Amino acid sequence: MSHDDKFKSGDERLVYMANQIATFFTSQPKEEQVAGVADHINKFWEPRMRTHLFQIIEQGGMGLSPMVMEASGQINRPKAA
Amino acid sequence: MCGTQERGTDKRFVEEIDYGTPAVRSDKTVTLTIDGQSVTVPEGTSIMRAAREAGIAVPKLCANDMVKSFGSCRLCLVEIEGKGGTPASCTTPAMDGIAVNTRTDRLNTIRRGVMELYMSDHPEDCAACAMGNCEMANMAESVGLKQNRYGDEGANHLEPSPIGEHGVNFKELDVSNPYFAYDPSKCIVCSLCVRACEEQQGTFALTVEGRGFESRITAGMDEPFLQSECVSCGACVQACPTGALQEKSIIEMGMPDHSAVTTCAYCGVGCSFKAEMKGEEVVRMVPYKDGKANRGHSCVKGRFAYGYATHKDRILNPMIREKITDPWREVSWEEVYAHIGSEIGRIQEKYGRAAVGGITSSRCTNEETYLVQKLVRQGFGNNNVDTCARVCHSPTGYGLKTTFGTSAGTQDFDSVEHSDVVLVIGANPTDGHPVFGSRLKKRLREGAKLIVIDPRRIELVRTPHVEASYHLPLKPGTNVAVLTALAHVIVSEGLFNEAFIRERCDWDEFQDWASFVLQPENSPEAIEKMSGVSAELIRGAARLYATGGNGAIYYGLGVTEHSQGSTTVMAIANLAMATGNIGRPGVGVNPLRGQNNVQGSCDMGSFPHEMPGYRHISEDATRAIYESLWGVKLDNEPGLRIPNMLDAAVEGTFKALYVQGEDILQSDPNTHHVAAGLEAMECVIVHDLFLNETANYAHIFLPGSTFLEKDGTFTNAERRINRVRKVMEPKNGYADWEVTQDMARALGQDWNYTHPSEIMAEIAATTPSFAGVTYELLEKEGSVQWPCNEKAPTGTPVMHIDGFVRGKGKFVRTAYVATDEKVGPRFPLLLTTGRILSQYNVGAQTRRTENVVWHEEDLLEIHPFDAETRGVREGDWVKLKSRSGETSLRATITERVAPGVVYTTFHHPATQANVVTTEYSDWATNCPEYKVTAVQVAPSNGPSEWQEDYEEHARQSRRIVHVEAAE
Ligand code: SF4
Ligand code: SF4
Ligand code: FES
Repeated sequence: MSHDDKFKSGDERLVYMANQIATFFTSQPKEEQVAGVADHINKFWEPRMRTHLFQIIEQGGMGLSPMVMEASGQINRPKAA
Repeated sequence: MCGTQERGTDKRFVEEIDYGTPAVRSDKTVTLTIDGQSVTVPEGTSIMRAAREAGIAVPKLCANDMVKSFGSCRLCLVEIEGKGGTPASCTTPAMDGIAVNTRTDRLNTIRRGVMELYMSDHPEDCAACAMGNCEMANMAESVGLKQNRYGDEGANHLEPSPIGEHGVNFKELDVSNPYFAYDPSKCIVCSLCVRACEEQQGTFALTVEGRGFESRITAGMDEPFLQSECVSCGACVQACPTGALQEKSIIEMGMPDHSAVTTCAYCGVGCSFKAEMKGEEVVRMVPYKDGKANRGHSCVKGRFAYGYATHKDRILNPMIREKITDPWREVSWEEVYAHIGSEIGRIQEKYGRAAVGGITSSRCTNEETYLVQKLVRQGFGNNNVDTCARVCHSPTGYGLKTTFGTSAGTQDFDSVEHSDVVLVIGANPTDGHPVFGSRLKKRLREGAKLIVIDPRRIELVRTPHVEASYHLPLKPGTNVAVLTALAHVIVSEGLFNEAFIRERCDWDEFQDWASFVLQPENSPEAIEKMSGVSAELIRGAARLYATGGNGAIYYGLGVTEHSQGSTTVMAIANLAMATGNIGRPGVGVNPLRGQNNVQGSCDMGSFPHEMPGYRHISEDATRAIYESLWGVKLDNEPGLRIPNMLDAAVEGTFKALYVQGEDILQSDPNTHHVAAGLEAMECVIVHDLFLNETANYAHIFLPGSTFLEKDGTFTNAERRINRVRKVMEPKNGYADWEVTQDMARALGQDWNYTHPSEIMAEIAATTPSFAGVTYELLEKEGSVQWPCNEKAPTGTPVMHIDGFVRGKGKFVRTAYVATDEKVGPRFPLLLTTGRILSQYNVGAQTRRTENVVWHEEDLLEIHPFDAETRGVREGDWVKLKSRSGETSLRATITERVAPGVVYTTFHHPATQANVVTTEYSDWATNCPEYKVTAVQVAPSNGPSEWQEDYEEHARQSRRIVHVEAAE
């Protein structure tokens, strides 16, 4: 892991990106929020990224916003690579 | 409207008709007779144009069909039966029922007299006349002038001979412009160039100086062209009838002998040009009047900056090396393909199928882009394909698809002629999209109103005869806030178009959105604090846009390259829907695309989640079309985007990359991170004209070809599919599509395209919005705008006419989220980036042309106040530092930028402006946040350590070991 403060390491970036998506959907109508986050991640995140996300979630989801945690049930779990 | 003529060889020469005065739009027509022929034309058409439409060319010197007539040369006189006098046909409108004669003895005598006077002051040895590039000789001949009774003894403008006294008014040749020369001795003061500069280009650089016989044209305040305001668009050169203004290339090489119509490979305007050739060499590029994007106009890049095509830095042979620290070794094509085949095979074997990917180019043709994504999907067996449109317009795709249902602009460029209010946000059209900028300025001079939302006082805010009604100089990063505040005003003051919304959109969604924008935190007064734009300005601008008639929005990278880029695009779409400004000429939402084929590369399935035509990879029906055609099973999962590829590379799961025609090291944000990603890969294949910056990290180099060397199509910002035509053999031997095809074969695919038209046929057969596109159709129509299919057989200039593509237009709430890139004590200034007219993107091409006379280096614009507190003077070297890194460049002090904001361009690799940009990106698409970086500026002595190290690395990695000619 890079201890360079210049740019975030892989996992940190993923958490950051997921939270950014959640922030957008927080402002959307209630029924579109959680589903929106999951749908967005399913549509745009490559399996490797989703695998990492699930690893982070399984380790307690450090740093992830509650909405991402809530959406995780609707995020497609990648086929075992 | 154009004819093609044989000129000796089997090669053709494209000729265009000059109708003498511009076309007129009118519902009424008039019918008259000219030389006994009956002609019907729109009311207001000149007699000259009516005659030309009937095939009769009236002699003329001071008129052409690009500018208003002026009536000064008196050569175009005609007689009207039953009327006295000899009116000028260029300034006299055609009237119903009149009978005009263009050739009578009286007219001939007058014309001969006029020409005789002109010729007495025209150099006898005029080289342009001899070459056939001077109308004088043609006209003299056409009026039957044989002798010149005046001689050249009197006062004149000719070069003084060593003995004579004449030539008192002689002025020196002006060769200051790198591309054209001005020879005052040949000027006949017809003022065509003055009018071209004013009406076509809108720069007002030329004036007539002096009176009567002494008068001549001068640039600026009697300055050399290069020092004047001239932007070198070339319009005056086309207009000049005498060779007084002439391309230097014509002077050096003589007249071209064949030509073909093709499309500029620089920006997203996609201007049509005639490439005029002599053998295998380009003599000049002349804008094509039938080109529907540019209507005969051009900018300095497309018109003149093609010299890179033959630049000595071009690499013409494939090369490989084991390590990026080794020198390059030239190899044969067979060897390079075999090597690629074994490397990709080895890496996929060892690290898995998903360990490789490709990047398509927004500079290559649609056909080439289609092949690269096909290579990845079919040949590599994954979806790891992306395009550098990622770093510019991916939010446009997401935002417009979500709200309207298509990932593209809604209008054609002609539409601006019908606009009453134009809102320009985050774009600088006069520099970034100059030909559109000129068309826009023309409309503004005719009275349309302008709103500019931009941190910088861009040229449009105030330029000759144009002044913005509103300039909202917002703080970088606050677009969404300001746009939502505009919506707040429109909704709270009841300025929305209820009928339109009820018919075209979902009323409940509108109401939800309306209640959102009405929240007090979205009021102009609340937004004033964070955006720095006064509430009054916001209110005024909103009222003007909503009530000023046809309202059109044009936007650029200043909208998309933010962490809320996609949100901003949706905020723009909301405004257009709320005011009913969608679905007819003069309105709409128009992204101004950076590179020539950004639209096309997105259309062609370059994104890792989408097949051609924006169909998501998870749609079974779409995959089935390609699976049956390509004979492979396609992965239904999205692939990696460029930043994700780099992350995966650093992490060790992504090992090989094929990059066609892009320079991600220079164009992508956070150079250190890109470099780290590339360094971690085992096989980087760069396919380009030059050893670009990315090639410093490459193991395999494939030489590319220029747009002059291949057939294909580009799609411009209007969705217009324009032909690119091959006018010379590829200097490297193969067009880029051929190279990709051979790579696919090396990977075992059975590809057998013999011409790009066959690739287009495959695109049309598999993509509904392209179903009707064929090369035959393009030949016939010149160009078409997609969708082009059964419902729209000749394409679609304006979209969403009767309803939105997605059904109902969708209003989306756009809450403002401040970027995490914040100023603070260490980094108190906001850096924003952009481009200038004479240079293009990362500058790889334009830096290799004479265009460098206008932009030798990237400069940092800084407000006098910020400069003073830091002790920075004009021209000083300064250090620009952000959280990501630091670089050095020279400063220029200007009030164009507000206090607290600094600005630079990113055209030169030595600057490495992206060393300082961060990895923050758009929430939806990962489009990098180029437009906001917190920085500090301090005086420095010169280039930074990184710049020097990098220079050294670049020098080392560009070493080539040449082998003796093998074949
Ligand atoms: S080149 Fe263009 S800008 Fe320059 S003087 Fe001619 S018309 Fe004007
Ligand atoms: S760079 Fe753009 S505006 Fe200039 S000639 Fe080319 S396409 Fe036209
Ligand atoms: S062309 Fe009509 S007066 Fe010159």
